[in-house]
Amino acid sequence: MRLLRNLAAIVLLTALAACGINSVPTAEETAKAKWADVQAAFQERANLIPNLAEVARSAAENEKEILTGVVEARAKATSIQLNADDLTDPAKMAQFQAAQAQLSSSLAGFGRLLANFERYPELKSIQNYQMLQSQLEGQENRIRITIRDYNEAVRAYNTEVRTFPSIIAAKVIYGAKPMVPYQAVTPGAEVAPSLEGKL
Amino acid sequence: MNGLGWLALLLAAWLNPVAAMAQEFPALTGRVVDAANIIPPDFETQLDAKLAGLESQSQRQLVIATLPSLQGYEISDYGYQLGRHWGIGDKERNDGALLIVASNERKVRIEVGYGVEPVLTDGLSHLIIQNDILPRFKAGDMPGGIVAGTDAIITQLTLPEDQARQVAASASATLESGIPLPMIIWLLFFFFFFVLPIIRRVRGGRAYGGGAGPVIVWGGGSSSGSGGFSGGGFSGGGGSFGGGGSSGSW
Repeated sequence: MRLLRNLAAIVLLTALAACGINSVPTAEETAKAKWADVQAAFQERANLIPNLAEVARSAAENEKEILTGVVEARAKATSIQLNADDLTDPAKMAQFQAAQAQLSSSLAGFGRLLANFERYPELKSIQNYQMLQSQLEGQENRIRITIRDYNEAVRAYNTEVRTFPSIIAAKVIYGAKPMVPYQAVTPGAEVAPSLEGKL
Repeated sequence: MNGLGWLALLLAAWLNPVAAMAQEFPALTGRVVDAANIIPPDFETQLDAKLAGLESQSQRQLVIATLPSLQGYEISDYGYQLGRHWGIGDKERNDGALLIVASNERKVRIEVGYGVEPVLTDGLSHLIIQNDILPRFKAGDMPGGIVAGTDAIITQLTLPEDQARQVAASASATLESGIPLPMIIWLLFFFFFFVLPIIRRVRGGRAYGGGAGPVIVWGGGSSSGSGGFSGGGFSGGGGSFGGGGSSGSW
């Protein structure tokens, strides 16, 4: 009887310990993959911005500083890369988020400005501009969704490494640190400024 | 065994977080889910036939959903979650799309799955909404707008791959006037650093082990047989959505 009970205890403990060995790296890899999606989405937004600068260049002669601001913010945002190993570092994540938020607010300001394009008769290719705005909105939407998916994966990973029984494998074998979720710096920054009714 | 049994139960309870659903989605009753009741029955039958035809021809799923309310969410927020919840499109290919009309909030959206984004781009969705759907909606013709939008989407989704990409590329804000300057610089660079040395070496009589030519990689375009759905039943194939598409309002 005692043998049976001990055996059962050993099997149970092994099963519990084994839970962490596979599930922790699985959760970590999922989160890293979602982070790659986030970066790709941000990069595609950055790729759209040269087109915006071109379309609006003639119209925004008076607003050159603002256009320059967008271009500079884009350069800064693309220069800060965050690879998968840095996902546990809150300082680097904050730096990345700040750069992207700066670009978002530059774009928002620029978009608001050009929304009253009666002031810009030189904006000949208005169709082009509307098209570009719709592409940017689509990309902002994708960014928001990839961030959500990433945050969900980070939540799952952080929960995994902090709860029993995976905490055993997490601490003993992997030395796992919690990952940093992506937080919008300004409230509402995740939602792309809409040009509904202004066009 | 009693003690161990309780322990196991407790652990199972601990390790199973309950995910709360924030939104309520209508049931996927068919290819046309007219929850807002704005499509007359004969239009609905017509649309259903077209959508079934699309799936049998291209294996891509398009679903039309009219909603009485967005429950306070943005349509772009609601749209992709609806698509994921219903699992429209094939699980591997993610080739589903949705046409969503929120009649109360007066918003319309074309929601595009990951796999069809290259073909049904944001720009093209924007054009379909602005040119085909919204004019009719603004005139009060809801069924007409939905039919026109559906036809446009089906046309794009049934084009052969290269034609579809051509159409999608022309529906983007590209601004090419003549040969762009970076292209000229690249051509000069190529000429000086690659072409001239080759010419010199050929004259010198040495063999030049050339590098490989450009490698063209074709994305997999094969379509396997569609997942079966029995009789009149319709269900999504488990596809996912990432926020592609475009919205409009009237």
